[in-house]
Amino acid sequence: MAENKYLIFLGCAIPYRVSAYEISSRKVLQKLGVELVEMPEFNCCGLPLDPVSHEMMLILAARNLALAEQKGLNILTLCPGCAGTLKKVNKVLKEDKALREEINRHLKEAGLEFKGTADAKHIMQVLIEDVGLEKIKDTVVKPLTTLKVAEHNGCHILRPREFIGFDDPEDPKTLKTLIEATGATCLDYMDETECCGAPSVGVSDKIALQLARDKLNHIKMVDAQAMITICPFCHIMYDTNELRIEKMFNETYGIPILHYPQLLGLAMGLSPEELAIGELRVDASKILKQIAEGEK
Amino acid sequence: MVEKEPIKASEIDTKFKYEITKMHGGEKLMRCFQCGTCTSDCPVARFSETYRPRQIIRMTQLGLKERVLNSDTLWLCASCFTCTDRCPQGVEVASVIRVLRNLAAEKGIVPRVFKEQVSSVLDSGYAYKIPELRMKKRESLGLPPLPKGNPESICKTLRGLGFLKHLEKQGE
Repeated sequence: MAENKYLIFLGCAIPYRVSAYEISSRKVLQKLGVELVEMPEFNCCGLPLDPVSHEMMLILAARNLALAEQKGLNILTLCPGCAGTLKKVNKVLKEDKALREEINRHLKEAGLEFKGTADAKHIMQVLIEDVGLEKIKDTVVKPLTTLKVAEHNGCHILRPREFIGFDDPEDPKTLKTLIEATGATCLDYMDETECCGAPSVGVSDKIALQLARDKLNHIKMVDAQAMITICPFCHIMYDTNELRIEKMFNETYGIPILHYPQLLGLAMGLSPEELAIGELRVDASKILKQIAEGEK
Repeated sequence: MVEKEPIKASEIDTKFKYEITKMHGGEKLMRCFQCGTCTSDCPVARFSETYRPRQIIRMTQLGLKERVLNSDTLWLCASCFTCTDRCPQGVEVASVIRVLRNLAAEKGIVPRVFKEQVSSVLDSGYAYKIPELRMKKRESLGLPPLPKGNPESICKTLRGLGFLKHLEKQGE
């Protein structure tokens, strides 16, 4: 399979309400020579159905993988949930012949068959493994050297380790390395790998918001000027809810939450408009100003 | 969870644990020796008075089927998989909880948020109903059209699941 050509897999959350992530990802991937192919036959990865029916999840994920196999291309996802699900199902079905046959009986109804010949990768994995750090650094024309940020990984691109096999879930380095490639400093902070709480929204908003607040607190403690995410759900959790948390707990954070491709795009010299930074709920003008002044 | 109610011998379903260990993700349930790593590392347990993964595992091992499947706390797990990764006994804790959720769902016990996502996928191919306006906005932003979601094709592949009918009935 061609190394830098992928079927783009958007999932549900991104088209629903996180288009800034898609816009900025497409821009930076284009700059890096990654070709994205649209796939009108894709559907939900299956993850949201797993709590209700594991079998349904397996069928939906296998359907997407089988479609990619037909095209002879690997999948690039922006959402760690989609990447994690597709990776896990790919591994399980490749190894478990009986299960594969069972799932294929269902897929046959739609004229599809899972063979296990396509891979699914998250954008972060494509950047570090296929594009490579050197190429990324070469595109950085405006290093963000004055900026100090904190990273937040999405759980599903790291865990469960046995199925995902990417980076170290206890001490992940990829996102940090990618952030540092932009010239920005990536700060360490307490409980870095802690979940954002998004999956608990709708079941207990209170618990979900307390989790998000904890993270914002830890990031504030080290004086990070922004949080960098690579997951649409984590982003919604922090960006959309930051004001709500501030009100609820009578606290002030004022920490803008940027999608990693937005940060990289700024370092590539793309404008905030091109990267849809205006779509962020938490005002990022302070760091944009700082970046602009840094250039002078 | 009603932990304070004394457990009656008649409540115990001695076969329940084997039901779980036969299912994908539940295989290693019996390895749990109650060390509590899952609960102490659980981000949700930190902020919840009631959610304790260790307790759910123990109740499952003991065969307290009805209590477990009817428990609200079953649905609090954020599926971050920290418990699964850190379990010294290799129990896939989060997957055991998912198995239990699936069994609860078969009995019709599903929080609305999960039920809505399933019906949205069946109707549109997406877990959320994406408004027309969003689709139009994509055009003005210069983004390619979204995949159509292909609900007909999805439903074809899911037709063989008896479960689907059950869920549709509940939605009525």
